[in-house]
Amino acid sequence: MKRNSRIQYFGFGFLYLAIFIAVLTLGAIIYFITVNGIKVINWEFLTQVPRRAMTKGGIAPALVGTFYLTIGAIIFALPMGLACAIYLTEYSPKSVVINVIRMSINNLAGVPSVVFGLFGLTVFVKFFGFGVSILSGSLTLGIMILPGIISAAQEALIAVPQSLREASLALGATQWQTIRKIVLPSAMPGILTGVILSVGRAAGETAPIMFTAVTFYTRGFPNSIMDEVMALPYHIYALMTEGTFPERQTMIAYGCALILLFLVLIVSGLAIYLRQKQRKYELV
Amino acid sequence: MNLSEEIRIQAENVNFYYGDKQTLKNVNMSIFQNRVTAIIGPSGCGKSTFIRLLNRMNDLIPNTRVEGRILLDNHNIYDPGVDVVTLRRKVGMVFQKPNPFPKSIRDNLSYGLKINGIKSTDSIENTIRRSLEEAALWDEVKDRLNESALRLSGGQQQRLCIARCLAVEPEVILFDEPCASLDPISTKRIEELIEQLKQRYTIVIVTHNMQQAARVSDYTAFMYLGELIEFGPTEKIFTIPEDKHTEDYISGKFG
Repeated sequence: MKRNSRIQYFGFGFLYLAIFIAVLTLGAIIYFITVNGIKVINWEFLTQVPRRAMTKGGIAPALVGTFYLTIGAIIFALPMGLACAIYLTEYSPKSVVINVIRMSINNLAGVPSVVFGLFGLTVFVKFFGFGVSILSGSLTLGIMILPGIISAAQEALIAVPQSLREASLALGATQWQTIRKIVLPSAMPGILTGVILSVGRAAGETAPIMFTAVTFYTRGFPNSIMDEVMALPYHIYALMTEGTFPERQTMIAYGCALILLFLVLIVSGLAIYLRQKQRKYELV
Repeated sequence: MNLSEEIRIQAENVNFYYGDKQTLKNVNMSIFQNRVTAIIGPSGCGKSTFIRLLNRMNDLIPNTRVEGRILLDNHNIYDPGVDVVTLRRKVGMVFQKPNPFPKSIRDNLSYGLKINGIKSTDSIENTIRRSLEEAALWDEVKDRLNESALRLSGGQQQRLCIARCLAVEPEVILFDEPCASLDPISTKRIEELIEQLKQRYTIVIVTHNMQQAARVSDYTAFMYLGELIEFGPTEKIFTIPEDKHTEDYISGKFG
């Protein structure tokens, strides 16, 4: 008995240690980014365009650019991903073709983001002639997050009990009514989770937008979706690798990182709030 | 069988296959208008499979096949071109486990009306009240229609599911072991309810519980290993069964 409880003691100890390291890492990231970044953040930093070779002024165009790119990616990827997931879980007959489709989607999730960037350059920028623009960047980011949204939505749809579908169909609902009114609302919290994760990813990626949407510097804000933009992740990259005042630029880069972190946290917070609201009727 | 009864549903030579496995063998059965027909038999005898054929619920299960005819008012519901949506509006179903939607009580009841294009708030409210009263649930929930249906007890949830089914005014109601997950008191209420409902509906009930079949039904079908062994007036089945298997089952020798 004594030996067993000793093993348990070490077992639990290991679990606590793992959790501790995970939380510590997150804490350390937030701490260092905040300590280094907070100094440069003020109202001007958030609302002004960069001046004097990036060493003065603010990052407003990058903020706006990241916002547009992320929203654009979601506008494209959410309906597409949802439609794919609904087809795969609710309509598709079980067959070899479907298995191949599923496998392709899983593989798409594993494609490195820089490859998406090159793909976007070839297809959207060059072939469709959208140029380096918000449109090209959003579509590229959208394709990158598509598999994530599909799998999250599929899991959420599969988790909806079959008995709810049967209840609806037995009342004389069509399959489409059942999906739209019963299955989708029940799956919504899970789908939202997938969207949150994707928003975070789309906002933070550099490689897919590097050749398709961003530029190092713009004087002002974009006027249309065909304009090129600044974006936070690329701005950080550019500040750290180019320019003539590395020290001053590093501080600004940390400021950008802090803002990016903060934005992703806000989006997650919003999604958690929406999920809680959705769950109101599911409380037993 | 009593020839003065009006046949509502007639199953003719029905076979059902689950992949290669045949789970119903040449079933012939009549369901009479405004009567309660109980289907009994041990687990796996095909009674649930059979009742789910009557509103084509088995269509949802892949790799299945039906042979034979099931006539509702003399029309085969398995004819190509039959609209399952119209069929299921006529033939409602209450399931084994209460399956209310994760919505408010009111929304659970109005759902069936809204999908049928009924928009008038007045008529929806009237139907909600009528169906809850018919399901003997109105007094318990009239002040909390906007609360989540999932807050109700198991027995209340099942009566809500019955009310939800009644709200769309079906003509036949299929009960697939409606009391399987309920306590004795809730079970008794539902049995009383079925007694009431047969005035206006034709009812088929699958049950594990022989006493329940004896209490609520007018006709009883005994199924065993996918075959209909015996069918007749409940009184006769439970007092002078013709088949040895039926007798053994109702006397509790197996099951």
